Amino acid sequence: MKIAVCVKQVPDSWAEKKMVNGLLDREGVDAVLNDLDEYAVEEALRIVEAHGEGHTITVISMGPERTSEAVRKALSMGADDAVVITDAGLVGADALMTSKVLASVIASGGFDLVLCGTESTDARMSVVPAMLAQRLGWAQLTFAGSVVVDPTSSEVTITRVTEDGVDTMKAKFPAVISVIEKINEPRYPSFKGIMAAKKKTMDIRALATVGIPAESSWSAVSDASPRPPRSAGVKIVDEGKGGEALVNYLAEKKLI
Amino acid sequence: MSTVYVVAQFVGESVSKTTLELATCGARVGSVTAIVFAGSGKGPALASALTQSPIANVIVFESEEFAKHSVPAFSDALSQLVLVNKPDAVLITSSAFGKELAGRVAVATDSGIITDAVDVASDLSCTQLVFGGSTTVHSRISHGTPIITVRPNAITADLSPCTPAVSTATFTLSAGAKSAEVISTAPFVKGGRPELAQASVVVSGGRGTNGDFKPVEEFADLLGAAVGASRAATDAGWYPHSLQVGQTGQTVSPDLYVACGISGAIQHRAGMQTSKTIVVINKDPEAPIFELADFGVVGDLFAVLPQATEGVRARKS
Ligand SMILES: Cc1cc2nc3c(=O)[nH]c(=O)nc-3n(C[C@H](O)[C@H](O)[C@H](O)COP(=O)(O)OP(=O)(O)OC[C@H]3O[C@@H](n4cnc5c(N)ncnc54)[C@H](O)[C@@H]3O)c2cc1C
Ligand SMILES: Nc1ncnc2c1ncn2[C@@H]1O[C@H](COP(=O)(O)O)[C@@H](O)[C@H]1O
Repeated sequence: MKIAVCVKQVPDSWAEKKMVNGLLDREGVDAVLNDLDEYAVEEALRIVEAHGEGHTITVISMGPERTSEAVRKALSMGADDAVVITDAGLVGADALMTSKVLASVIASGGFDLVLCGTESTDARMSVVPAMLAQRLGWAQLTFAGSVVVDPTSSEVTITRVTEDGVDTMKAKFPAVISVIEKINEPRYPSFKGIMAAKKKTMDIRALATVGIPAESSWSAVSDASPRPPRSAGVKIVDEGKGGEALVNYLAEKKLI
Repeated sequence: MSTVYVVAQFVGESVSKTTLELATCGARVGSVTAIVFAGSGKGPALASALTQSPIANVIVFESEEFAKHSVPAFSDALSQLVLVNKPDAVLITSSAFGKELAGRVAVATDSGIITDAVDVASDLSCTQLVFGGSTTVHSRISHGTPIITVRPNAITADLSPCTPAVSTATFTLSAGAKSAEVISTAPFVKGGRPELAQASVVVSGGRGTNGDFKPVEEFADLLGAAVGASRAATDAGWYPHSLQVGQTGQTVSPDLYVACGISGAIQHRAGMQTSKTIVVINKDPEAPIFELADFGVVGDLFAVLPQATEGVRARKS
């Protein structure tokens, strides 16, 4: 099997994010591997470990140059190699452009399965995996709480976990899978893994090599402004009447 | 005259509140057509549930493929309709399902997409709250048919009566949609409480409940609220994952959010910090959730909640 894992580098969850000229300021903040994508890397590793030799995992990421730091982490967890698409023409790329670039790399890579996280913690759109399935015309197996792969019959079965319930879904390769955070516990890169990752191939490509012209985005931010912070609330210590005080507050605000 | 498509969703055979919110929002832009996806034979019942909000027309798709092939089948139907009729915009509720549907339709129709709008103006400019609600963004779609997902509870539904004209449509299932199949389904058993994402009041419990959600539920039921949970509570198996609030659970934005025994980790905040009023009960005065609280009680939830429940009951009688 050839497995691809799509990962994104995002600002650290705790970092204060701001917009500069209608774009997220990615320079001034610490950047990390999107933590929801670690579950996808881990699941890919487990699929390969369950089926012995001869299977490979390629990490694919689109983003600014420093994206290679996040990709290096995925490699140190145990993925085999990586493709990074970085290009000045991609600054401000939206989900349509992102999915177009990723789909083009995936389509030319001969993959059986593509694994993604369910959401990037910066944009929080939760659309790229579905867009990839649509662009590639592949099976869409998203929000997976478990993944079972049978390389002999080229079949994959998942449980899809949504607000409404749990579905079991089945498809032949190729398929796009996104995994939820309950699926596994991602491993920490070992010292050996970190050393090994330094020698792994990272194929850095410009847009032209991917065969896609730089296009303007399908949507654009017209303005962004900080919201006033929540005004400081009231904080009381319960000394026997805390519940009553709470009810008085709700009544005052006409919430009950 | 502009036309806006609104994807209708139902709970059983009742229309969901979010559909009415979308229709209200769509009517600012043009004439609203509600799109109904139904199983075979179920179309008329669902269409006849659309009796409120400014809905001028209803288009019904009936097909067994929806249940069998999930989001890709819905997307095929909607995309084919959009490509033929070229509406001025498509509005869909922001949920895991809604966003996936929007994403696929955007690709299939080569259109721009905006997710999690909290408002859509008559010129289709969208307002979003990003970065944990710290920033307001206005954005526009510049290409194709604007595909916009709108947060539940962000728009007050116009509930005036309507009598839309109903028609039907058909679609062909693409090979991509056929390639994955639902082989069994286990819907969550829903209690009598409102749907989490739509509720105007949410009472949530965390690790501080120590597994005993009774005081949380009693208070919630008295307020007609939905019950939510932190990941610590769902991981422990105290409450179902479907009711988790946060980054990897549901995003809620009710008029009132009551957090009980929840510390306020960033991933929990991601799902609730745009709530209009936030009330906190936590025995640790240093818990970060207090930073968001409009009203916070430092105390034991097992003492404060029952007293509050009594207090509300007394006021009601
Ligand atoms: C990838 C990822 C995704 C995540 N997604 C989510 C998500 O979607 N939603 C989510 O909630 N979390 C999520 N988390 C987990 C999050 O980081 C926290 O671990 C979790 O929110 C903590 O839950 P808690 O506040 O209930 O528990 P704790 O942090 O343990 O807090 C319990 C609180 O209860 C208080 N308490 C204890 N006893 C009482 C009492 N008797 N009365 C009053 N107060 C009491 C304590 O003072 C404490 O503040 C995610 C984490 C990761 C890594
Ligand atoms: N720029 C990117 N490069 C690689 N993978 C991405 C990128 N953006 C999104 N993804 C993948 O798509 C998932 C959902 O992202 P999103 O739709 O942006 O919330 C992420 O968890 C990643 O697996």
